[in-house]
Amino acid sequence: MTTIQTGSANRTRSIAIWSVVALIGATCWSVLALSRGEDVSALWILFAALSSYAIAYRFYSKFIAKKVLELDDTRATPAERLENGVDYEVTDRRVLFGHHFAAIAGAGPLVGPVLAAQMGYLPGTIWIIVGVILAGAVQDMVVLFFSMRRDGKSLGQMVRDEIGVIGGTAALIAVFAIMIIILAVLSLVVVNALAESAWGVFSIGLTIPIALFMGFYLRYIRPGRVLETTAIGVVALLLAIIGGGYVEQLGLEEALTLSKEHLVIALVLYGFIASILPVWMLLTPRDYLSTFMKVGVIVLLAVGLVVAAPVLQADAVTSFATEGNGPVFAGKIFPFVFITIACGALSGFHALIASGTTPKMISKESHVRMIGYGGMLMESFVAISALIAAVVIDQGLYYSMNAPAGLTGGTAEGAAQFVGTLGFTISPDQLNAAAAAIEEQTLVSRTGGAPTLAFGLSQVFHEAFGGNLQAFWYHFAIMFEALFILTAVDAGTRVGRFMLQDTIGNVWKRYGDVSWRPAAWSASAITVGAWGYFLYNGVSDPLGGINQLFPLFGIANQLLAAIALTLCVTLLIKHGKLKYAWVPGIPLAWDLIVTMTASWQKIFSDNPALGYFAQADKFRDARDAGEVLAPAADADQMGTVIQNSMTNGILQSLFAILVIIVVANAVVIWVRAIRAGSLPTTEVPHTPSAIVEPADFFATAEEKRAMASWAEERRQQGDGRGREPVRSHR
Amino acid sequence: MNIATRVWRGLRWYLREFSGESRWDAYLVACQRDGVTPASRREFERHRADQVEHAPMARCC
Repeated sequence: MTTIQTGSANRTRSIAIWSVVALIGATCWSVLALSRGEDVSALWILFAALSSYAIAYRFYSKFIAKKVLELDDTRATPAERLENGVDYEVTDRRVLFGHHFAAIAGAGPLVGPVLAAQMGYLPGTIWIIVGVILAGAVQDMVVLFFSMRRDGKSLGQMVRDEIGVIGGTAALIAVFAIMIIILAVLSLVVVNALAESAWGVFSIGLTIPIALFMGFYLRYIRPGRVLETTAIGVVALLLAIIGGGYVEQLGLEEALTLSKEHLVIALVLYGFIASILPVWMLLTPRDYLSTFMKVGVIVLLAVGLVVAAPVLQADAVTSFATEGNGPVFAGKIFPFVFITIACGALSGFHALIASGTTPKMISKESHVRMIGYGGMLMESFVAISALIAAVVIDQGLYYSMNAPAGLTGGTAEGAAQFVGTLGFTISPDQLNAAAAAIEEQTLVSRTGGAPTLAFGLSQVFHEAFGGNLQAFWYHFAIMFEALFILTAVDAGTRVGRFMLQDTIGNVWKRYGDVSWRPAAWSASAITVGAWGYFLYNGVSDPLGGINQLFPLFGIANQLLAAIALTLCVTLLIKHGKLKYAWVPGIPLAWDLIVTMTASWQKIFSDNPALGYFAQADKFRDARDAGEVLAPAADADQMGTVIQNSMTNGILQSLFAILVIIVVANAVVIWVRAIRAGSLPTTEVPHTPSAIVEPADFFATAEEKRAMASWAEERRQQGDGRGREPVRSHR
Repeated sequence: MNIATRVWRGLRWYLREFSGESRWDAYLVACQRDGVTPASRREFERHRADQVEHAPMARCC
């Protein structure tokens, strides 16, 4: 066959394959759109997602790569130009994909969709899939690209350099404040999952000695044997989960059944100690554990869902979506479904990773596509799986678990009665039986998303793999969520500490020295104190911490995305690519509409269930009149509600104002750049690249030939460094 | 090479790269190429751990 014939045969085959993928996607979406009141399999959601991702990756990300960003493999990346074996390092694309994914994936995409299931399965499904394709993956890819072209500069630095000092300062404050809220909400999820659960406390508690053991083992006994150490750690972890089932027999049940307040104290102390200990002792080994657990559970979940093929129990769209009176969180489908899902569709926090370590390790420019866009598609897949886990459980149980204790009274009878008023039927006996099946004392008002997800997972795994292991699976899932939330808390506190030291270091030089103990300890204490404060507010709030704080978390994350997308639009315009500014521009416009509407409602709504200040007013008026409003039980709790609502409202306003400042500053630059046609940026000039590597996950025949001839060329030149660029240690 | 061997080797390669275990091998190769006496494994790994100490890794939500 001649080359032309082969080419056209390949083309025909490619058209045929993509037509089939498109057809599968269209079928799945049609079934989801048209099925009402009948048994719908969860697999329709799963396959609608997978085929949509495939098409988006193949076509849209390619368009962005070729036309919008004009990825250029003749340009050397920062890793190639500045390689130093420390932070700049040429890394295999598939390995870097793993690192990047491990860094962006956390508890957010697991928890958000579970809470958003209150709106029904359809709104969540649509936003997780459409959102990632048009917004989340675009943001990650474009930020990664621009940071890579600037030697891996951070988001805050780029905003400062490319938009202005005002915008840059606002962005810096916003990043720090948003991180505090994120840490507080994630910790709240852990506290809610572990409170009153002796089994959970036992196994999560044991992760600390396990990680310490791994740390010492790696440092003193078997230096560098990470895989061996991790294998030992994983086995110990599984034993810890199994052992938790025997807390009663061990006589530890009472000692380990902790209240939320005690858990807060434990977590704050832990966070402080973990952030000042050397990383090799606790943080690094814990990170190994959580990364391997994360990947393992995701694979297990995907297999479990396909094998179990559960039927969706939730309605496609619930009445809470249109009326905004849901018990899990207040507000209508617009804007709150977008706020709640957050990380699985669009996450501003990813912009910090995409402008942090990843851009310094990319070996070829073309890898931005698979790592930035591809990595986020995988995160979205995690979110879809979490959503499925929440909508395949009995919905009476879902609402019993997710309504705040103020509404259910915290008892099975109260919960059964409450969900009855929502139109669901579940008896107290059924609730008790569900709790007994996973060996927990109760499932009522276990808010925060983690217990619901764990219950959903345990049900899916139980159906898929059989055996009498539902309680094990439940605690396995709790362990896995808590493990990587705690990793995020450790790492986040440390990042916060470094940011604080860096900022104060601008004025007081010595404070910026990260190895100076007084500075390190005090900066850690400030960071921990800040998130600990919000965490404590969350657990003591009679209205329910998740109900109160999760919207703040979601809005904060989406506002950070607005800052990142603003930067993307600004840079495209400055580079004279106004005609492609719509690529990050459309998600930016949408994100601003969503977040500003949500902020407006949380600040100015006169509905006390929705607006923070309206809520504070309502409780203040009642207190002044000497009344006590449910769910508060006394005047003290009334005071707590008022104070928390005021704090949250002020913080909410601050976030929105900071973002408006960044966007306003950017608009000035847009106008200037459009008038001038383009403006100079801090992009590093073109330097020729010597590395030859495939562009995507799998090498094409042509790429394999190119790599082979490159290896041959280097061998003949006596370079002796072989095919892979060797990472030398200097 | 049959498929099982290839998958096993691929997986092993990936895990060693991902966990950073293969850095040591790369270091030994580099030392040999440059004619330098390599440090002990313990010293090498300590040096790497010290680098991580000052570069906080971000973990997302």
